[in-house]
Amino acid sequence: MPGVLPPTPSQTVGPFYGYALPFTGGGDIAPAGHPDTVTVHGYVRDGNGDPIPDAVIETWQAAPDGSLAGLPGSLRRDPVTGGFLGRNGVDFTGFGRVATDADGYWAVRTLTPPDATPYLSVCVFARGLMHHLYTRAYFTDDIPAGPLAELPAARRATLLAVPESDGLRRFDIRVQGERETVFLDFR
Amino acid sequence: MSSAELTQDHISAEIAERHEAVAKAVAEGARAPHHPPRDFTPYRSSILRHPQQPLIAVDGDPEAAELHGPVFGVTDVTDLDADLTRQHAGEPLGERITVTGRVLDRHGRPVRGQLVELWQANASGRYAHQRDQHPAPLDPNFTGVGRCLTDDQGQYSFTTVKPGAYPWRNHLNAWRPAHIHFSLFGTAFTQRLVTQMYFPGDPLFPYDPILQSVTDQAARDRLVAAYDHSLSRPEWSLGYRWDIVLDGPAATLPDPEENH
Repeated sequence: MPGVLPPTPSQTVGPFYGYALPFTGGGDIAPAGHPDTVTVHGYVRDGNGDPIPDAVIETWQAAPDGSLAGLPGSLRRDPVTGGFLGRNGVDFTGFGRVATDADGYWAVRTLTPPDATPYLSVCVFARGLMHHLYTRAYFTDDIPAGPLAELPAARRATLLAVPESDGLRRFDIRVQGERETVFLDFR
Repeated sequence: MSSAELTQDHISAEIAERHEAVAKAVAEGARAPHHPPRDFTPYRSSILRHPQQPLIAVDGDPEAAELHGPVFGVTDVTDLDADLTRQHAGEPLGERITVTGRVLDRHGRPVRGQLVELWQANASGRYAHQRDQHPAPLDPNFTGVGRCLTDDQGQYSFTTVKPGAYPWRNHLNAWRPAHIHFSLFGTAFTQRLVTQMYFPGDPLFPYDPILQSVTDQAARDRLVAAYDHSLSRPEWSLGYRWDIVLDGPAATLPDPEENH
């Protein structure tokens, strides 16, 4: 259904979001100490293969029980100091946000998404990027029928959070060039 | 050519070329683009940071996780977050302003109870960020970060100071018009938006490749707040209004207003 209002245009996040967007525990999506915690980690690289040290990665996913309702409390605050308390250690909010480090590296610790939506939805922001990019980090190489399953195998492979060891999956994001990550469009 | 040798005239000519190409396409029947192209080369940092493969449309999957999105609540903000002039022991320097508006989806429905985040330079045009080397003074009474939740009408409101313009190194003598960065969530992750709000009548608009990356004039105008005298408070602050419309689909949920 076409919209009735023209949208507000996107603009780049720029280089100076660092004291505004990242928050303590932004990558700690799994409840503290949860035995099934999975770390998803990787590097963000540009068209030269160089690290992007000023990207922000956001992830959104269903809870293990399949719920897509989410819960508040991702950036729980301390009303005394105005600082961050970290999550409450129990609720699964479904949302993560981390900035890449000087090496373009990022990591989130979360729980495996359910079979119905077996992926983290990943949103990439960076200086130089006018409009954020969506991709998905699939926890299965059996992508259900649809436009993503029809991609050539080499491109489809960029959507896989590759298991490295127990509780560790690798998901690199190549914004441009060789093995460029598949990015998604929602209308 | 290094950025120190690259003149404003050169960048302005590149901007004009891109705008003309879009105007021609629109004259031939294309839809005017709402969002900037990701490969807007007058903004040099975009050159190695945009995908060259087309995006893959995944519309039509009613089960997509992205049709839902993160939610926030009273634990995620504190009372002081919406007033950037009260976050330190003293008051910041600069012109005190309020910025108010509504967050709507593209059907005009208010986005209720959602997180709005903003960040900005101080009145001198300096960010509280170690990598900002602009030799303008830091203000010990201003960090430049705010958050709030929208109310039942989708309204947000912040008190802050008007940010200054500042130089950057895209090209020789490059200056950013005064702006406030905004980050917004809708009811779906597809509606996520990070953008910048500008102030009316800024003479730097035509020179700025970031604002001009939005190639359609009507779309650019939607990034500029309106001065609203009815929002100015006597002996206190100047008021600006800026409504935000989030793009992108959401899960089809009944509109609570239709139940009344």
